[in-house]
Amino acid sequence: MSLNAKIPQGPLAEKWNKHKFDLKLVNPANKRKYDIIVVGTGLAGASAAASLAELGYNVKAFCFQDSPRRAHSIAAQGGINAAKNYQNDGDSVYRLFYDTIKGGDYRAREANVYRLAEVSVNIIDQCVAQGVPFAREYGGLLDNRSFGGAQVSRTFYARGQTGQQLLLGAYSALNRQIHKGKVKMYTRTEMLDVVVVDGQAKGIITRSLITGEIDTHTGHAVLLCTGGYGNVFYLSTNAAGSNVTAAWRAHKRGALFANPCYTQIHPTCIPVTGDHQSKLTLMSESLRNDGRVWAPKTVETAEKLRKAQLKASDIKEEDRDYFLERKYPSFGNLVPRDVASRNAKEMVDDNRGVGGSGIAVFLDFADAIKRLGKDAVAAKYGNLFDMYYQITDEDPYTQPMRIYPAVHYTMGGLWVDYNLSTNVPGLYALGECNFSDHGANRLGASALMQGLADGYFVIPYTLGDYLATIGPKPVDANHPAFAKTKQEVVDYIAKLLALKGTKTVNEYHRELGLIMWEYCGMARTAEGLTKAKGLIQALRADFWKNAIVMGENEEVNASLERAGRVADFLELGELMVDDALMRNESCGGHFRLESQTPEGEALRDDEHFAFVGAWEFKGENQPETLHKEALDFEYVHLTQRNYK
Amino acid sequence: MNLTLKVWRQKNAQTAGKFVTYKAEGISPDMSFLEMLDVVNESLIHKKDEPIHFDHDCREGICGMCSLYINGHPHGPKKAITTCQLHMRTYHDGETITIEPWRATAFPVIKDLAVDRSAFDRIQQAGGYVSVNTGGVPDANEIAIPKVIADEAFNSATCIGCGACVAACKNASAMLFVSAKVTQLGLLPQGQPERYSRVQAMVAQMDEEGFGNCTNTRACEAECPKEISLTNIGRMNNDYFSAKLFREEHVHEHNE
Repeated sequence: MSLNAKIPQGPLAEKWNKHKFDLKLVNPANKRKYDIIVVGTGLAGASAAASLAELGYNVKAFCFQDSPRRAHSIAAQGGINAAKNYQNDGDSVYRLFYDTIKGGDYRAREANVYRLAEVSVNIIDQCVAQGVPFAREYGGLLDNRSFGGAQVSRTFYARGQTGQQLLLGAYSALNRQIHKGKVKMYTRTEMLDVVVVDGQAKGIITRSLITGEIDTHTGHAVLLCTGGYGNVFYLSTNAAGSNVTAAWRAHKRGALFANPCYTQIHPTCIPVTGDHQSKLTLMSESLRNDGRVWAPKTVETAEKLRKAQLKASDIKEEDRDYFLERKYPSFGNLVPRDVASRNAKEMVDDNRGVGGSGIAVFLDFADAIKRLGKDAVAAKYGNLFDMYYQITDEDPYTQPMRIYPAVHYTMGGLWVDYNLSTNVPGLYALGECNFSDHGANRLGASALMQGLADGYFVIPYTLGDYLATIGPKPVDANHPAFAKTKQEVVDYIAKLLALKGTKTVNEYHRELGLIMWEYCGMARTAEGLTKAKGLIQALRADFWKNAIVMGENEEVNASLERAGRVADFLELGELMVDDALMRNESCGGHFRLESQTPEGEALRDDEHFAFVGAWEFKGENQPETLHKEALDFEYVHLTQRNYK
Repeated sequence: MNLTLKVWRQKNAQTAGKFVTYKAEGISPDMSFLEMLDVVNESLIHKKDEPIHFDHDCREGICGMCSLYINGHPHGPKKAITTCQLHMRTYHDGETITIEPWRATAFPVIKDLAVDRSAFDRIQQAGGYVSVNTGGVPDANEIAIPKVIADEAFNSATCIGCGACVAACKNASAMLFVSAKVTQLGLLPQGQPERYSRVQAMVAQMDEEGFGNCTNTRACEAECPKEISLTNIGRMNNDYFSAKLFREEHVHEHNE
């Protein structure tokens, strides 16, 4: 199989415009003859569903939550990047492109990233027109703030709830189309398989989470907008329901899975307190604008802090190590996420961690409160401080926050070409669900940008080209592939429900998470990954013997839902480990201890690894086949990332 | 600590429900309320008893999915948080906690503690938007909005659609929820063209769904996890009467 990314010819800055002209169009009168399936209603899904319906296509949208408004995009805090240069501080489309490519440690496609930067400006216009209440200056114009990995202020925000406001904007556009009858919305409905007819995606199989009914849905194209797979780690900042099932089942039907090992570990999360913990809570990266990250200089001081013999405020200035400011004077606390996370881990490994468990560092606002006043700090970060207080029972206005990295985002995902099409024609992947724009590390405030870019401004153009090619002939729901795929789903559910062992699904999930975090987390080695592979295989085999799945299909059954999702994570986990083992270099969020600079930074091996690793499913419990898409850099010069 | 839970169990909308008592043992004060229920459910599964069903997702207070009525309060006793943000340090050893679903005709029980809130979506679909298509909109900074107005619109826009306002209200009124969206868009210049048709359409749908009216008890405001204020309802009433008295015709265009 050769991977054709279909990147348009011509100069970087003209590719997208030229491509838009070259793409075939669907005549307005014909659009209503096409049915489009959109799975997931986060930023990518809701914006795609609404925009395609506005164009005239018939859209069927699906989400497993009780309302499209609850998709996990809602929880994004910090902001959304756009190359508006409203601050007159030297931003441009090219600079956003450059920062994103560099931030991704040169493992993303130039053309995709440039297009992302280009349409970023349209996103802000669109959201404002919908009534999204972004933060404003007293003059009435939009405010910006700075974010990690950039030296300009290009991040638009709505207090600490930017994702919520953007999603509610997209949700409102979706609602308008539902009201008009152009989108048919299916809530509490989970996609369990893709139907492939003669090599093309023509529909999906779903399960109603209320009645258990298994349904088939036909469509001329299927758009997966189902988010990332961070919950493979059990503990992550993802929502409890976030899962890989839709993407994984598509993978098993032929869609390649690219760069699965690229995981973002976010530096500023609230540390773990115990085994009961079900999720980790992120503290927005924007906090690093004013908060200073530090650990005690000596192990002895750290020891006393851990035993609560000392308070943070007792530690004198000269006994504190502001390690990010010390090591990276030009970016300071605003280094990219992967760099900040690894440095926090280093402190803990060095036995200088704080808090009862010793697995945390400080994020301190004392200076900011002195400089700006408590009210100004509260206006910027009030809701985050409240959230911290609720969870930890500690007041961040009077003592520093304790933070530690946690899994937050997955850069890997379904392989897509420039048109966001997977290698299965008719099957598209948008947003976090695809692998395309963030390389090996995503910069802050870029996930919202990518989700909305894909949904509002890319897919409405690129999908039309495919639809015009296949023509508006209705999809034949009687094709045997539909009945066959449905039966396979029914059988699979029966197999899960037959599991009446002794160990809960949650226990398997937690064990898998511990393996992934230990061996495929912030630091990875060939030895550890090899060990993890064996552990995951054994755990998976045990799951299919000893797990307990409760109840029946024909009812609300959270136990069954959970079991299906964990079963998929148990397969994905092994592929992530394979990918991490194959990629014998460090890049961005993928840190192989064998490959680092003398200063301990990620050391890439461009000669051997400047490619996208896309994996092909070859059957249950079979090794997957690796396909490589070479990454050619015509515009940026590959260098060792330097944030010093 | 050890607690006694009295939990509402109901197989589905067609079956009558009842309270069942459970022991929650070895609960850590650092657990969230939902994590405490996770622990109880794990022990139920080990005993091959059916786990307690409840809605939840983000577990950080923003998705609006969790919805428990705890000892007579939506989202429990604390101000301005959701159930998933409620921590067990709020309770003490030996306490009995009663857990019910939201109670409202417009929110039928799906199973145990989960209810159907699709009525809220239908109200939003009736008019909770600015009618703009993707593309062809002006530059974001061409629309200047005074900071105080933008901030106030933001305060209304923080509604998470959880339904606590309805659960708290003796009339099961959804007016706080509806008025939050009406106010957000009614304050902003982008929302002006449809301001009066929107309020009529959304209120009409609200009535159709079977929610009650507001009698100014202010329970909704007291229980709202996002502290949406009652002034939103005032603004909505103002726009609604203004529309009904002077601008009735617009609604027909809107609903075509």
